[in-house]
Amino acid sequence: MASTYSNLTFDGYRRENGRVGVRNHVVILPVDDISNAACEAVANNIKGTIALPHAYGRLQFGEDLDLHFRTMIGTGANPNVAAVIVIGIEPGWTKRIVDGIAETGKPVEGFSIEQNGDLKTIMDASRKAKEFVQWATELRREECPIGDLWISTKCGESDTTTGLGSCPTVGNMYDKLLPEGIYGVFGETSEITGAEHICKARAINPEVGERWYQMWKAYQDDVIEPFKVNDLSESQPTKGNIEGGLTTIEEKALGNLEKMGNNQFLDILDPAEQPKGGNGLYYMDTSSAAAECVTLMAAGGYVIHTFPTGQGNIVGNPIVPVVKISANPRTVRTMSEHIDVDVTGILRRDMTMDEAGDALIENVRRTANGRLTAAEALGHREFVMTKLYRSA
Amino acid sequence: MSIPHLLVHDPKDNVGVVVVEGLTAGTTMLCVVTHDNSSFELQSKNDVPIGHKIALGDVSNGDTAIKYGEDIGKFVADVKKGEHVHVHNLKTKRW
Repeated sequence: MASTYSNLTFDGYRRENGRVGVRNHVVILPVDDISNAACEAVANNIKGTIALPHAYGRLQFGEDLDLHFRTMIGTGANPNVAAVIVIGIEPGWTKRIVDGIAETGKPVEGFSIEQNGDLKTIMDASRKAKEFVQWATELRREECPIGDLWISTKCGESDTTTGLGSCPTVGNMYDKLLPEGIYGVFGETSEITGAEHICKARAINPEVGERWYQMWKAYQDDVIEPFKVNDLSESQPTKGNIEGGLTTIEEKALGNLEKMGNNQFLDILDPAEQPKGGNGLYYMDTSSAAAECVTLMAAGGYVIHTFPTGQGNIVGNPIVPVVKISANPRTVRTMSEHIDVDVTGILRRDMTMDEAGDALIENVRRTANGRLTAAEALGHREFVMTKLYRSA
Repeated sequence: MSIPHLLVHDPKDNVGVVVVEGLTAGTTMLCVVTHDNSSFELQSKNDVPIGHKIALGDVSNGDTAIKYGEDIGKFVADVKKGEHVHVHNLKTKRW
């Protein structure tokens, strides 16, 4: 029998490769830090475009450079993006990113600054950007089944109310929508510490569980052990977590995992990697810092982010709407402009988890239809690249 | 059902979470276990901020704190039933 959720639809932009976006951005993407100025100038010239300045892209090598390209290409390839202008200091790496994005079939064109200078590059790129934005603004939304959504999750400024209310609300959403064919993803490798035995056991099979455990352990061995000072008590839990009543990393991790609902994860994605397998829930090896994590999941192809918060993390993303869910009555009272879904009723016991999950699904659907999230309306556009090591 | 003061995840837990603002010492708290909706009463021994934990019974230095039915660290002081539990008397076992 079809579930209550089988008939849900939303109006999205179906892209050339069949994926569906919920936004229609024309992105001006810098290959490297020194091309930010040209990208911002183009975005200033041509209304309706958005530049994504960032800090990296020079002299990197190895796995770190691979991640740079994957993040750049994945961001441009995201279905929330209609078309892309890529600007880099030189043509080689610029072309590599253009070619990667072009595999989606969407319009993309690259410009490089050496032997042109900023001014000619800005003029040429602006003309193309104007063409792209006028084309993109004529695209129409069409009705799509709810299963076409790719929904990511990561929580931030967590407290004990996230484990009681907002994280299990996301879990309830996944319980209801994963069977309808959506892709889900969670991550935050450092913040699973304390519940790693539980996460490992939630893999689809022991082989994936073992690979997950080795990935988690590599982070402990390669990063935490060499760089920790006394313990992680100044970092994990954070000051905000402690203010909100979280005492230990174990307690924080157990609340975090509530976002999975009753589901198992199918596979492990590298940071910014798109799933190659079928629909279902994935684990992405991400930073636990909000802006980095959301940026990596957006580059992995996810089009809406669900973000439980306790003390009030205000993060947004330039291309992916970030839906904030909170169960903390003080946060909802003092920071109401940042909260999209109020699930404080769970704490008062006048809202069931089933009702909270439905409220989130309804908000996600409206957001997918085009309603701006709190973070979008407030102009939060945090785009933060992850750098793996000192490679430059 | 009245609004609870304290929520407990699992029947095995020895700590619960204050879910109302401005809880003062001496309050007879309505406590609800979310796992099975069972309830009980407990008197708070301190003023405890929203989101912070309270011990459900007397515990000793070195005992394990249980929340979500899982180990969340060790008590580093004796704590009486109804007292505030946080960084001053509970530590991770990790680092």
